[in-house]
Amino acid sequence: MQFTTEEKGMLSGRDGHATKKSMEILVALGEIYGAKRLIPVSSVQVSGVSYKNLGDAGIEFLMELAEDGKARVKTTLNPAGMDLTNWKQQGIDANFASKQLEVIDAYRRLGLEISCTCTPYLAGNEPHLGEHIAWGESSAVVYANSVLGARTNREGGPSALAASLTGRTPLYGYHLDENRAATVVVDVTAAVRSAEGFAAMGYAIGKVVKNGVPYFRGIKAAALEELKELSAALASSGGVAMFHMAGVTPEAGKVPKGTERVSFGQRDLAEVTAGLSDEGEPDFISVGCPHCSLKEVGTIAGLLRGRKVTREFWICTSREVKRQSDEKGYSKTIERSGAKFACDTCMVVAPVETMGFSVVATNSAKACHYLRNNGLRVRFLTLDRCVAEATKPN
Amino acid sequence: MKLRGRIIFSGEAEGVALVTSQPISFLGGVDPTTGEVIERGHELRGECVKDRVLVFPHGKGSTVGSYVLYRLSKSGVAPSAIINERCEPIVAVGAIISGIPCVDMIDISRIERDVRLSVRGATVEF
Repeated sequence: MQFTTEEKGMLSGRDGHATKKSMEILVALGEIYGAKRLIPVSSVQVSGVSYKNLGDAGIEFLMELAEDGKARVKTTLNPAGMDLTNWKQQGIDANFASKQLEVIDAYRRLGLEISCTCTPYLAGNEPHLGEHIAWGESSAVVYANSVLGARTNREGGPSALAASLTGRTPLYGYHLDENRAATVVVDVTAAVRSAEGFAAMGYAIGKVVKNGVPYFRGIKAAALEELKELSAALASSGGVAMFHMAGVTPEAGKVPKGTERVSFGQRDLAEVTAGLSDEGEPDFISVGCPHCSLKEVGTIAGLLRGRKVTREFWICTSREVKRQSDEKGYSKTIERSGAKFACDTCMVVAPVETMGFSVVATNSAKACHYLRNNGLRVRFLTLDRCVAEATKPN
Repeated sequence: MKLRGRIIFSGEAEGVALVTSQPISFLGGVDPTTGEVIERGHELRGECVKDRVLVFPHGKGSTVGSYVLYRLSKSGVAPSAIINERCEPIVAVGAIISGIPCVDMIDISRIERDVRLSVRGATVEF
């Protein structure tokens, strides 16, 4: 690989241990993937925030970097294992909370924005078409590449952090035009009309295309919320980093000749939807994976108006969207019903499996996937059916 | 025998080879406090990676696996070195942040189980 004078300085240890370690990570990745050089990035999203995943060693690693490392570009953070202010009401154990706050403290010292959301693009970190970025959080990676047209590989926690502390990433993969072309055309004949429908379709197609780039045809329009759920699902059943959608995403339109084709019909949709649910009566309802948009919070407020919840009901969103919801008056309606906002966190990264719940109802295919991995049973329902479950008389 | 590969993280180490032809997932596959392989159905299940030269084709699974390597190292139960056929980001990043010498692009079928070997930079000798 070739380096600029500035990069050689960072590699030599001139700027301290954290910068040097970060450069070593980026150079190793560059070597593995055949990158010839590093490129500047304008935005970073760091995953690896929940104490549940990091453990004590993760904290030690971050503390060590925080001794002399500082973010060089705008850097936002993935959700944590709890609501950073309301964790007690959430039922989080005090020991877990104190460890989680140590993680947050290390990130704060590193100069990261404590945004704690998987939808940074709804909370002030919104890169533009053609911009090179280094994002972790698989759902946000897909959204950024596909919907925004920014360019990122699927970064892990340490490599995203390394990009933040150096402002660089190796030039390979989805940063290059040739890797952004469609690899599979998906002819959609199913009536995919809700965010849950998009989620289910993403879950089915992710399994089929694995690390490929699907190109969806036959969908006339898609709302932000639908693209958000599709992105998340594609990245959980498969290793998808990008998709195209004819007439919807900015880089669609270039399907190489002879590209493999698959179809997605009504029966496929019904099959994948049914497969996302287990048996059992939900005792916990949670929406907002990825974090709810303002519009979704508004819909939930409308559905909850004048009603009381009878089961634990979490609405996961970013602190930024919560603030906007306060202004709109949505928060009051929601809180009056007994439903809880879970800001900074979600049902996947919070230690829900240790909190005595057994069946979770959610409108997210991604959440179904990971909650099952965490040993819980799930019910995949539309947003209004989730609210109906939460308010069902006991 | 001497084999030459590519340096992922440079260093010198010795140890007895723990060899598998199956990929390893560190998150959920190796106990971060004891170093024992716990993945169901893995041929190394029950073996301990501590102080061994761990030889496997490549990593798999969650990127959080990098932090598991770091936890192994902090608990004093990390492998002394890692040899891969084709290293991928989870293992590469894990080795770098943990300071574990790591070499890839080695024909691992030539390394026999329990042979004593040394890793020096890009060279593997046994």
